[in-house]
Amino acid sequence: MNQSKIKRGVSLYSYQEEFFLRKLSLEGCIAAAAATGATGIEMVGEQSIVGFPKLTDAFVDQWFGWMETYGVTPVCHDMFLDYTRFKNRRMTTDEALQSIIRDLKFANRLGFKVMRIIVNTTPELMELAAPYAEEYDVKMGIEVHSPWHINSAWMARHWEVMERTGSKYLGFIPDMGAFTKRLARVMTDRLIRQGANPDIVAFVTEQHEQGVMAEYIIAQVAQRSKRPMDMAVAELSRHNIYVNPNSLLQHIPRIFHIHAKFYEMLDDYTEFSVPYDEIIPVLQKGGYTGYLSSEYEGNRHIQDIHEVDSVEQVRRQQVMFTNLLANA
Amino acid sequence: MFEKYMIVETDVENVVEDGQLIGFRFGARLPYYRGLGLSMVEEIVVTIDDEPIPQDQITLTLHGNTYTMAQMEVEPDDRWNMGEVAHITVSKPGGLTAGVHRVGLLVNLRIGYMPFPSIRRSEKTITVG
Repeated sequence: MNQSKIKRGVSLYSYQEEFFLRKLSLEGCIAAAAATGATGIEMVGEQSIVGFPKLTDAFVDQWFGWMETYGVTPVCHDMFLDYTRFKNRRMTTDEALQSIIRDLKFANRLGFKVMRIIVNTTPELMELAAPYAEEYDVKMGIEVHSPWHINSAWMARHWEVMERTGSKYLGFIPDMGAFTKRLARVMTDRLIRQGANPDIVAFVTEQHEQGVMAEYIIAQVAQRSKRPMDMAVAELSRHNIYVNPNSLLQHIPRIFHIHAKFYEMLDDYTEFSVPYDEIIPVLQKGGYTGYLSSEYEGNRHIQDIHEVDSVEQVRRQQVMFTNLLANA
Repeated sequence: MFEKYMIVETDVENVVEDGQLIGFRFGARLPYYRGLGLSMVEEIVVTIDDEPIPQDQITLTLHGNTYTMAQMEVEPDDRWNMGEVAHITVSKPGGLTAGVHRVGLLVNLRIGYMPFPSIRRSEKTITVG
């Protein structure tokens, strides 16, 4: 049995419900992540840091103190690029570049070696920012988030820039939500609560699992119903795609980090919709050595009726990773 | 997303100034998973018992700073932090009458990576003592 080189991390984004409601502090989130045995910390600066992007020396000291206390390492900062920051105009290219540099400095100061680039960032801007990424020693990975997949046109354009510049600071951060083999039950149940027809839900989930093209599913539902909530069910199949995990193989050297998206961990330590038992062997075969970073996103689909327990959800996913990685 | 938490229904009170009831205020959270510069809040619409409040009669106060809707539009740096309870103050001579009222809140966010406006709504029943 080979010792897997894949490392386990947690994005503090996973605890957004408890953090939003002030049930967990930033330190509490870090402690919860560490308690799962994960060693890598990912953070959305604009989520976790009051007054972002400002950082005081005292906070930075406290941050590294927490890393030491809990035995974890800063791994990835998730940035945003608000092209719509001004009401009546889009950001200029220079303003956008300055925004990226702001985040590179932020990541560098807190010890993050990778930065998640939000998907709307253009390939041209990545090329302009690459020298700054090198200066601050923070690798920039464009997030490959469903409905994009790693071979989508937009990602092909990013790949061209990576190849042409040869920069070791440009790469990908795939989000495992692009491997939604079954539609998340927490999403379809929420839409039923909001008025969707359960028969339409059964039809769409069955078609999705068969791999029928989303546009065909939408077209069929449109003939059966004119209700927006039923169309929302059909559109789940377009927004939550499934592609073959083997599609990652040719890109492994360019994959800096992985968002291990999940919506519902079951009692038996399996995830309802994303087949990690199929994904992890592909990553191992490809020689991936970065982090699998838990990214729980089920809260928004259940918060209207249930108490959310993000800590337990992340714990279960980390147990699943431990088991799957041990089976390498 | 977070609609349930937009209106803090336990945090509603009439506002008294110089002995006069000049309006009321309530706690409000940004229905989003990160903080945003105020200029990206495209629109805030408040209704009381289904009656919309004119835009120029609303202000937002957070961490000691108060903004009119027009001032928010041109404030890209001050941030409504994730989960932060801000206060929306509505000018309304006489404030809210004692009894039960329905408060409605719509927040429209301009999110750079979304190809459409992010509009979230909530309505809560409140009781004024």
